[in-house]
Amino acid sequence: MNSFDEAWGNLPDFLSWHVLLSVSALALGLLISLPLAILAARSRWLRGAALGFASVIQTIPSLALLALFYPVLLIISRFTQDVFGFGFRALGFLPALVALTLYSMLPVLRNTITALNGIDPAVKMAARGVGMTPRQSLFQVELPLAAPVIMAGIRTAAVWVIGTATLATPIGQTSLGNYIFTGLQTENWVFVLFGVVSAAGLAVIIDRLLALAEDGLALRSDARIFAALTGLAVVIGVSLYPMFASAGGERTVTIGTKSFDEQYILGNVIADKLNAAGIPTTRRDGLGSTVIFRALAANDLDVYIDYSGTIWTTEMHRSDAPGRTAVLKQIGDYMTKKYGVRLMGGLGFENAYAFAMRADKAAALHINSLSDLALYAPQLKIGGDFEIFSRPEWRAVVQGYGLKFAVQRQYQANLMYSALMAGDVDVISAFSSDGRIAQYGLKVLADPKGALPPYDAILLVSPSHANDDALLKALQPLIGAIRLDTMQKANLMVDRPDDKRSPAQAARWLEKAITR
Amino acid sequence: MRAVDLAVADGEFLVLIGESGSGKTTTLNMINRLIEPTAGAIRVDGEDALAGDPVGLRRRMGYVFQGAGLFPHLTVAENIAVTPKLLNWGREEIAARVDELLNLVRLDPAQYRRRFPRELSGGQQQRVALARALAAKPKIMLMDEPFGALDPLIRDDLAEDYRQIHNSLGLTTIFVTHDMTEAMLLGDRIAVMKDGALVQVSTPNELLSHPVDDFVKALVDTPRKRARRLAQVLADAS
Repeated sequence: MNSFDEAWGNLPDFLSWHVLLSVSALALGLLISLPLAILAARSRWLRGAALGFASVIQTIPSLALLALFYPVLLIISRFTQDVFGFGFRALGFLPALVALTLYSMLPVLRNTITALNGIDPAVKMAARGVGMTPRQSLFQVELPLAAPVIMAGIRTAAVWVIGTATLATPIGQTSLGNYIFTGLQTENWVFVLFGVVSAAGLAVIIDRLLALAEDGLALRSDARIFAALTGLAVVIGVSLYPMFASAGGERTVTIGTKSFDEQYILGNVIADKLNAAGIPTTRRDGLGSTVIFRALAANDLDVYIDYSGTIWTTEMHRSDAPGRTAVLKQIGDYMTKKYGVRLMGGLGFENAYAFAMRADKAAALHINSLSDLALYAPQLKIGGDFEIFSRPEWRAVVQGYGLKFAVQRQYQANLMYSALMAGDVDVISAFSSDGRIAQYGLKVLADPKGALPPYDAILLVSPSHANDDALLKALQPLIGAIRLDTMQKANLMVDRPDDKRSPAQAARWLEKAITR
Repeated sequence: MRAVDLAVADGEFLVLIGESGSGKTTTLNMINRLIEPTAGAIRVDGEDALAGDPVGLRRRMGYVFQGAGLFPHLTVAENIAVTPKLLNWGREEIAARVDELLNLVRLDPAQYRRRFPRELSGGQQQRVALARALAAKPKIMLMDEPFGALDPLIRDDLAEDYRQIHNSLGLTTIFVTHDMTEAMLLGDRIAVMKDGALVQVSTPNELLSHPVDDFVKALVDTPRKRARRLAQVLADAS
């Protein structure tokens, strides 16, 4: 199966969620914005407050806005669980809906207020003069006259929302953004392009249909309005059809993945194992690594792979390094006691933070370990992924070895290797299971002081499935089964620029490799 | 506004005149409560107009003002039908009334019914505004410089037409203008306002013969002087 076919195959699922999310957010946004704008058109105070609020929302980067609502909703969900006895899924649809709804408000508010306040005072005077009540004047004269401008605002909002909905992927909401995020991670440009083109295409189609409705309102052409509404209904109906067609209501196991290749591959492996055992699965791909554990603990996710060192430092706030087995044991106890999460065990390999340099450069400077690196660090440039510099491991390494670099840069994980090879940076925070370490012959620097904890890949199961025997049995064969070099090979299949494979293909290969 | 004590008889055509800022528009707008008076009383047909619902009051009066104020998103027919619709008239009754009114203001119904205001000239728009004001068969018409923005020729035509409509329908009209010639040609009586108060209320003849003060004298002298000069020009020409 080539990339295009795979992308095409995902379209019904991704598109239906994208349309459902965008349309819901837009509808909810209008439901709030229109009445608010009508009130605000009459009150200077409310106008300032509403437009100010919507403008502030607009200045928050959309990715951050989307991410912001997950923890907020999680707290609310815990609260309702404690007080009223019911909670709700704080991951995925809901935070995306709230964020996009807020995002849609500014253009609608601004256009509606401007349009209502811009109506010829003589016309409003005439409306009173012929004996209309304020309400009749609003609905029969002011709103119809403002309609084309309001519609223009709705069009702007629609395009914004459809575009921004692609950013719902990292908070666990499937959207056309899945193509873009997965594609960027795996350097699958067919996927990226497919995502961009399909989201843009959707936005253009919806915009044209709304433009037709706008013309219809301005020219008072019922035919145009009817055609526009029919078109919208058809687009939405066709997009949502697969969702209703597949909605059987059965409870599926949700598999989460973080946003890098190894995670996508392992997500596929887990899905295959569960499906083979007759357990239906859904996927939440490309989640932020701070979101993912909380989602599992809250039963918003059921299974995912994390790394022992990550849990050890960021969740348990430990800075000691008692060794692989001890760390695993303590994490297992901690998980059970604190969250009811089950640690099934390690997969057998580590994906550790490993500081790496080009072999030639390391040899020239006689750098073998982080201790050696400390001498040259002030003249060197370091590149890291988006997380490393804010993680406790980084602080531990910096303090442990007294590292201080001349320049510190952040890259998307894939581009980091290219930057190192191109000489843009001298050291990178690589990952030990990354196939490119072997491929590029990188020098991995030793950690003689043990500043970095072990990073065993571990299989975590949510509290609600912690005692699900069928699930545990299906996944048991993965425990201790994957060797580091096997994982590196699988990762390289996806990462290498030539003869690239999709994560699904690499997963098939990995499954075969571990059963041999 | 200061004390204004004004009684308008049934069927009378009263013109309110004064300089801008003299309070004539305010006085007119208080009659249908577009502006609520802070003190005093307004009686319509002997009833206290301030007691009831202002919306109902407005539907019983016709109101025309400068610049027409037609609803741009409605056709000519729909504009005229607004008040009857608010009063829940039947569909056919409204359609018949629209045609009747278009004929009355001398616009061919077949030609103009479906047009939008932007497709009409200023004079035609003002005729439609007049028809709209008359739609629900009001007995009282309030007109605020209705023909002020029109070309002189069209303006005289419309004014003359309206005076005839006033007579034939037995309307009571209160008509605001700042043009004394127009006031003299149209009004049964003229009320002169200055600084928010009435200065003199009388027939055009009396105003000419017995102006109460220099201000009124100056006002009525203008059309007289113009008439004299015009006669001179005509005499010279012949």
